[in-house]
Amino acid sequence: MLANLINGISLGSVYAIIALGYTMVYGIAKMLNFAHGDVIMVGGYVAFCSISYLGWPPALAVLASVFVCTILGIVIEGLAYKPLRNATSLAVLITAIGVSYFLQNAALLIWTSNTKVFPNVFANLPAIQLGGTQIAPVTIITVLANIIIMVALTLFTSKTKMGKAMRAVSEDKGAATLMGINVNRTISMTFAIGSGLAAIAGVLLCSAYPTLMPTTGAMPGIKAFTAAVFGGIGSIPGAMLGGVLLGVIEIFGKAYVSTQLSDAIVFAVLIIVLLVKPTGLLGRKIREKV
Amino acid sequence: MSDKAQNPVLQTSHLGIDFGGLTAVDEFNISIAPTEIKGLIGPNGAGKTTIFNLLTKVYQPSRGTITLDGKDTRNMSPVQVNHAGIARTFQNIRLFDQLTVEENVKIGLHDHVKYGMFSGIFRLPSFWKEEKRAHERALELLDIFGMADEADVRADSLPYGAQRRLEIVRALATEPKLLLLDEPAAGMNPSETEELMNNIKKIRDEFNIAVMLIEHDMNLVMGICENIVVVNFGKIIAEGTPTQIQNDPQVIEAYLGGRKEED
Amino acid sequence: MNFLKKIKKHTKVSFLNYGIVIAFYFIIQAVAVSGHLTNSLKGQLIPIVSYVIMALALNLVVGISGELSLGHAGFMSVGAFSGVVVSMSLAGSIPSTGLRLLCAIVVGALLAGIAGVIIGIPVLRLNGDYLAIVTLAFGEIIKNVLNCLYVGVDGAGLHMSFKDTASLNLAADGKILINGPMGATGVTKLSTFMAGTILLIVVLVIIQNLVNSRTGLAIMAIRDNRIAAEASGVPVTKHKLIAFVTSAAIAGAAGALYALNYSTIAPKKFDFNTSILVLVFVVLGGIGNMTGSIIAAALLTILPELLRKFADYRMLIYAIVLIVVMIATNNEKVRRFIADLKKKKKQEDAKNE
Repeated sequence: MLANLINGISLGSVYAIIALGYTMVYGIAKMLNFAHGDVIMVGGYVAFCSISYLGWPPALAVLASVFVCTILGIVIEGLAYKPLRNATSLAVLITAIGVSYFLQNAALLIWTSNTKVFPNVFANLPAIQLGGTQIAPVTIITVLANIIIMVALTLFTSKTKMGKAMRAVSEDKGAATLMGINVNRTISMTFAIGSGLAAIAGVLLCSAYPTLMPTTGAMPGIKAFTAAVFGGIGSIPGAMLGGVLLGVIEIFGKAYVSTQLSDAIVFAVLIIVLLVKPTGLLGRKIREKV
Repeated sequence: MSDKAQNPVLQTSHLGIDFGGLTAVDEFNISIAPTEIKGLIGPNGAGKTTIFNLLTKVYQPSRGTITLDGKDTRNMSPVQVNHAGIARTFQNIRLFDQLTVEENVKIGLHDHVKYGMFSGIFRLPSFWKEEKRAHERALELLDIFGMADEADVRADSLPYGAQRRLEIVRALATEPKLLLLDEPAAGMNPSETEELMNNIKKIRDEFNIAVMLIEHDMNLVMGICENIVVVNFGKIIAEGTPTQIQNDPQVIEAYLGGRKEED
Repeated sequence: MNFLKKIKKHTKVSFLNYGIVIAFYFIIQAVAVSGHLTNSLKGQLIPIVSYVIMALALNLVVGISGELSLGHAGFMSVGAFSGVVVSMSLAGSIPSTGLRLLCAIVVGALLAGIAGVIIGIPVLRLNGDYLAIVTLAFGEIIKNVLNCLYVGVDGAGLHMSFKDTASLNLAADGKILINGPMGATGVTKLSTFMAGTILLIVVLVIIQNLVNSRTGLAIMAIRDNRIAAEASGVPVTKHKLIAFVTSAAIAGAAGALYALNYSTIAPKKFDFNTSILVLVFVVLGGIGNMTGSIIAAALLTILPELLRKFADYRMLIYAIVLIVVMIATNNEKVRRFIADLKKKKKQEDAKNE
């Protein structure tokens, strides 16, 4: 029971970090960045190559992964999404799916479909005993990382100039432009942060579940989106709450209902949330301008 | 025309809405007679469009009641409000861009064309009969503004003024009792505005309906409105005939004091 | 333009599409009679028809209704497996294979349509992005559920289990119809190219007549401007649901046709990749353009067979196609550029006259 709860919180923390990326991009660019999950996968592969092929220390590998994904995020936004700034959401969504599919298939060509075993990055850290249950170091680091990231992001959006610009753009693009905010740069920055976070999530995910494939990011990506919707899309604490709850639901579903149906349970949660409270737990209603 | 003996087509009492902590409209009480042309004016940001959105239930009022033709619209959706008798146009034109002019009008006729989905799929006699009727009716309505020739043009390729006129035709097609026009003359030149004024009167006389319009063009408002309601900061500050409004010190203050009339 | 002429304009496009399908059928028949039909193409005929139907179904949602479904493979699989169960369990009572195929297709469409209602009602009230993600989730749920679904039939009727084949408790003469992740095995192939062509024509009639009716007009109005449609008295959820459920049911019919072309069919055949594949057909053929969907689906189903060398790059190319086509058709600058080109050409044409 306790072990399951801890596992759930750990998995949920990974979802939460990914969900932050979704929520920020959705809040600011008003688009569902379908390719977000695949950036996680790229992050995982970059870390894997840095450690296994180049022999870099884990900390450096994480930095490399964050660096590559941040650049990737900016490039994707600039090449694929920016030309569609005033297009319909359908057009943007199909393009995002195209990007997602592109990343997966490019990864398939580069790294093949063979599963890579992700090295144990936190091997030399001690485990902690809690009431007879052993907590793996990766679990502790994941939960800590989640908390640090959330606090940092909250501070960033409320205290820094860039963060305030982001909030302004998410409220009203037109008004933000009039206030002298560079909307394009702000959106680009949002993608950079979201993708950087995705890289961290990628490393954490692969450390906890050490198999790496071109499709590794797809499922966690979709589940993290579910988490973002669950918590209330556009809300930073909502992403964290939704992520952790979803992780716990998934692990408990696996343990007590059925391993094969655990994904189905997670998605059933999404449908129920949309049915009962479409704005999510902490989300607020967005009023369409008429 | 403001015959108080007749039951009003629309009546609001204590109508108001808050956005977050901000009160956008408050204590809005009006009454519109069945064939009245009423003007709704006020400085920018006074809450005029918000009032239209309340009346058509795009926004749910925070307080107060709206009575349409004797019926409380409390539990009605925007669609039901339209069926009950309010049609409107939009300040920022909202046409069905990819459809033709005639098809736009046919959407207005949607509730009055009587055949089901299966008649449509299997092309039963009712499909042919009703489609023919809809086509003829659409052209008739377009003819009010002399737009019948443009029936097959895509809506988004019409010039700006024509798009505004098409919105009015589409609204009329729903057979309303009350027509709400949100800045119908915006972007029109003086001669177009003149023509629009005549057409609004013509519509009222031919269809026997009430019209309420938001407009910044004072020549138009003073020229055709029988009564005018002035709002500022979401509240009514004056109400009366054009002459009364023109001489109301509060109205003059609202327009000249501190705020620009138009931007 | 008078009323009948106007109707004719729509019907012209519709009949062009019927013509293309019928011409394709007779060309294939002629090639077959002359003995030039290769076995690989012969094997592709029913998949081609199935994918064309899928593309038309998805185009109804994407092009006409303006929503995105990423779970159409899920509806296809509901139709496929219910179709298989129906056709196998009716094997004794209905000897005519054509009639059995018809039953399978009808039941497949019905069940997929019901699945469409279940998903559509909660989601279609919301912003379109949610529909995309929920349909995707639905596709995964269906795949998961089918992966642990076991169905068998014996003298006593149908048996179902979510555990394994043993817990079906089949009698000695019983037969396993659906075997978990292995899917349906030992299926009697019922689908024929002719049946597929007839289904395709029926689907075309339904979609095209629906689109060119009061209902279709309302669906397109909601796509173009939801708020104006509501203000004009058009109920939004009802019409979105009509488009979505019709599309889901048609996908179910396509699934039944597709599945009954193979002796074994696994649930993983209808995964996310299949949904994307159909989306590529729709986007490449032109969103909202039914003729385009027919041609794109047919060509892209045949081409990979011919271009086996590039198999590794196929999916990558599809991804690039999606991105490039969307940017080319939706970017304001590109659109203006194309509009200018057209205008210039018109002016030149006018000069030449």
